[in-house]
Order: sequence, then C-alpha cells, then structure tokens
Amino acid sequence: MADDLSSAVPAPAEEKRTFTINFGPQHPAAHGVLRLVLELDGEVVERVDPHIGLLHRGTEKLIEYKTYLQAIPYFDRLDYVAPMNQEHAFCLAIERLAGIEVPRRASIIRVLYSEIGRILSHLLNVTTQAMDVGALTPPLWGFEEREKLMVFYERASGSRLHANYFRPGGVHQDLPPALIEDIEVWADQFPGKVRDIEGLLTGNRIFKQRNVDIGVVTQEDALKWGFSGVLVRGSGMAWDLRRSQPYEIYSELDFKIPLGKNGDCYDRYLCRVEEMYESTKIIKQCCELLRKTPGPVMPEHSKYAPPRRAEMKSSMEALIHHFKLYTEGFHVPAGEAYAMVEAPKGEFGVYLVADGTNKPYRVKIRAPGFPHLNAMDYLCKGHMLADVSAVLGSLDIVFGEIDR
Amino acid sequence: MTQALEDLGAHIRGSMTNAVTAHAVSVGELTLEVRADDIATVIKFLRDDPRCKFTTLIDICGSDYPQRGKRFDVVYHLLSMQLNHRIRIKIQTDENTPVASIVGIFPCADWFEREAFDMYGILFSGHPDLRRILTDYGFEGFPLRKDFPMSGHVEVRYDSEQQRVVYEPVKLPQAFRNFDFLSPWEGMNLPGDEKAGSAEKAKP
Repeated sequence: MADDLSSAVPAPAEEKRTFTINFGPQHPAAHGVLRLVLELDGEVVERVDPHIGLLHRGTEKLIEYKTYLQAIPYFDRLDYVAPMNQEHAFCLAIERLAGIEVPRRASIIRVLYSEIGRILSHLLNVTTQAMDVGALTPPLWGFEEREKLMVFYERASGSRLHANYFRPGGVHQDLPPALIEDIEVWADQFPGKVRDIEGLLTGNRIFKQRNVDIGVVTQEDALKWGFSGVLVRGSGMAWDLRRSQPYEIYSELDFKIPLGKNGDCYDRYLCRVEEMYESTKIIKQCCELLRKTPGPVMPEHSKYAPPRRAEMKSSMEALIHHFKLYTEGFHVPAGEAYAMVEAPKGEFGVYLVADGTNKPYRVKIRAPGFPHLNAMDYLCKGHMLADVSAVLGSLDIVFGEIDR
Repeated sequence: MTQALEDLGAHIRGSMTNAVTAHAVSVGELTLEVRADDIATVIKFLRDDPRCKFTTLIDICGSDYPQRGKRFDVVYHLLSMQLNHRIRIKIQTDENTPVASIVGIFPCADWFEREAFDMYGILFSGHPDLRRILTDYGFEGFPLRKDFPMSGHVEVRYDSEQQRVVYEPVKLPQAFRNFDFLSPWEGMNLPGDEKAGSAEKAKP
C-alpha cells in the first residue's frame, strides 16, 4: 500500500516554489512610487524586478519645447529634496556651450546653496533610512533642521522648494547680508544637531543589526553597475567630482572626502553623516568668502543676463534686450556638452544638444538614482525580505529624478 | 587637457581604424563617431585598454534627427575614475536596425537601453529583457521622437461610474501654443554686413 502511493506522487520536497509579492507602489519604505515585484523563497529574496515610471512626467520632452530659461524650473522637480544641485548642472552645460563667464560672487553663492542642498538631501536620507529600519525620532529631529534650510532657500529665491534660483551665468539675485549672517549662525549649531542624531543611530544596536553587512558593494561591482557618489565612496573609492573634476570654487575650499571601508548600508550611512559635517565646513567658508567678495552675481552687459532695472528706465536698448530675453530667450550656439555636478546622490549629469536656436534640441538627464536602482536585483539577491527596505533606504532613491 | 584628449582620440582611432570613423574635441569633451556594427567591440576596447580604462558607463541615450536617413543617434558616455577622463561615443541607426546591446560588458546598460527603446523605439539585439520602462503599462508610441506631439495621444482619469481608470483621446480646450519668438533678423545677412565683420577682424 505504502509502495503504491510513493510511486504515484512525485517527491514533493524537491520542487521549489517561489512566492511573488508586490512591494509598493504605495509603501512607506518605497520612498515614493516604486513598485518592486519580489520573488521570494520563504523569506529569502530570489529576484527583484523594480517597475518604475509611475512618476514619469516627460521632463525631457517638455524641455525641448521651452526656452532655456523656462527649462530651469523643471530641474527643481527632479530630485526635489535638493533642487538647486540639479539646476546647477543644467546651467553649467549652457555655460560651457555658450562660453559664459560666471562672476566669482555668483560661484560662491552657488557652492553655498549646493552644499545646503547636500545637507537637505542627506538629512532626509539618513533619517528616513533610520525610519525604514524602525526608528521614528531621527526624522522628527532631522526635519526640524531641513525646515530651517528651506527658509534659507526661501529668503534667497522666494520659494522653499522649487527655487529656480540658478541662472546661466550666475544666480538670479544677490543675497542680503542678514541672510549670510543667519546661515553662519545656523552652521555653528548644526554639527551639534547631527551629533544628536548620530547619538541615536551610530552606536544603536538595532540600527547596526539592520545595516551592517547588508547590501555590500565591492569596488569592482560599483564600477560595473555605474555607481557614483556615496555608493562608490562607501566602498572605499576616493571619487568625488568636487575634488577630481572640480567646478566653481571647490578647488580652493578646505574639505575632506569621507570614505567607507566595507561598502555596506552602515558605511554609506556613516559617509553621509560625515559629509554633512564637511558640507557645514564648506558653508562656513563660503559665508566668510561672500563677506570679502562684493560684486555682481550675473555677467554684466551680456546677452545672457537681463539688464539692470535702472538701466531699463533710461536706455532703449536695455528695454529691448529685456523684452527679447524673456520672450524669445537667448540663443545657445550649436553643439553638444555633458556637464555634471556631484549631487548629493551621486553624479548628476545633463547632456545638452543645442542647435543654435532659443530652445534645447535634446536634453538627456542622467540621474544618479537610475543606475543605483537598476542594481536592486544584484544587491538584494540572497538577502531577507526585511533587508530590501534597508538596502533601498541606503541607495537614496528619489523618484522625481529616476522617473523624470 | 584638450591636448591629452586629442592624443587619446588619436590613440583610439589608431587602434581601431575600421570601427572609429571620426574623433573630435569640442568644449573640452572628446567625441568618437563609431560604426554601429562595431559598438560592442569599441566599448570593450575602451574598458580594457590601459590608456583608456573607461570602467564606468555613465549614460546611454537616444537622440532623434528625423530628416536624416538613419534618424537616431545612440550616445554613450563613459568615465574612467582611474585616469580621470571622459568620452562620448556616437553611433547612428534607424527604426529597424538593431544595435548590439552592451549589457554583457556593463550590466548597468540594462535600464539605459530599455529607456532608449521606450523613448525612441531603438532596438537592441541581445538585450535580455527589452521592455518599456518609464511609460505606462500598455503605452503606445515613442514619446521622445520629434514627430510625437508634446501633449501625447491619450489622457487618463478615474471614472467613478465604471470604478476604474479610463483612457481617452486627449481633449484640450486650447491647443498647446508654441509661439515662434525667433527673430527674423537673426542669422540674416543684409547687404553690407560682411563689411562690419571684416572691419573688426582687421582691427587687431
């Protein structure tokens, strides 16, 4: 009897059954609208298939129909936690093609606000990564500081988030002296706030259990998968565009590039925290420099910058120039350029093809998060289901820039 | 810097005379033009050659020039972190001719190629999973082509009667107004203009 049964039914233990689940698109740890299709063997992840594009807005298409100046606000909406860093890359691309010189004071302001953007982004990422693995207090503390930084954004550009402040050739307006003073006062107290957050996380047993040795990236793989930013620095490669291919005034500033050792989620967290201290140092140096460097923040008597208000009252040419600049816009000579900045998340690049008219022919936005998310399958394979959110948190994903 | 790039371009062209058709340095960036059939060989060479060491693939993207026979450019950007230089490689293709995929050389090419396919309909042969990536499930057309209208063809909304999302042809109360602000005077050569240019040139 028993023999009959065993011959009729094939041995069930050999058959492997995987279980497919949907992670997102509405999941608090998905950092936006990400749909991950996970194939699980028990609790072990076998395959990850990220479905992206739920926030696709066709930015690149829209930009082709706008003049160069009208295109800048679209860059705020890419990585919306550090808007000015994106504008920066686009402005650099235009400046390279058109050969525009940026006044020194504008360079300093750009660096100052890029670093504020870096802190904005890292504060969000570090604290939400903590939230992904179970801590609730760090986001509350971190967001308090973000709020102050966004007020600095508002005082410079008029809006808290979608700044539209950088221009080809400089920045829109000069900073009032009181603002520079306030930024400096803020920078003095900020390291203390980071230390508070660190006190909650760096030595925390749960945080370490969830992050140490999770999502390890070797140097070889970091290259293969096209990583940049903290993802390569966390693996111990000293690569930072601010140092290796310096732009603006970064080459004169004193700051360090923190490196990780093991390339796991914990090292990436440590890198981000250290970068916040370094950025604060840069901010202080910029405030110091700004006080010593008066001057224009846009090139004067240039085709690419509007004339001064007072000039428009008396000069016909200035009035015409102003009108033409804001209707027709300026023309960028035909050619192509790839300009990149070290955005908080990695290398943010803009490949600009100009055809000599007032609108870009083609703009390709190279978002750092895109290749990072591409490697999700490789990073998560063999990890437990609970590690997926830890890995995702440490990649620093923002859907505005990935989906474009 | 420019000289170093120029030398590098000459080196690559010398090593791969059949594949590389042109090289140029403009605004401090090196661009190679490559025959589409040889793209995989060229990328592999650039990755492994000790003078190139382009070990990071930064980006792959398409670009559309409808007036050309081979209407698409596929543009590759590579970076060498070891030697700290960059390169751009351009190939040309059309709607029907597939380009060899480089997923085997750089795994991160996966999504970049899927995006180029999604946006332009550029085909990549040997790609393991050439699906759409950014557009909606069931989307039709290739949105970044120059002949695709900016407002698209369909719009979606939630229909409370049918209790689901419905797709409808785009209805705009007012069409997108693409004003032509281009000055008719610019780029125009009026009689006598050439004298103004030559006078300035003669000055220094």
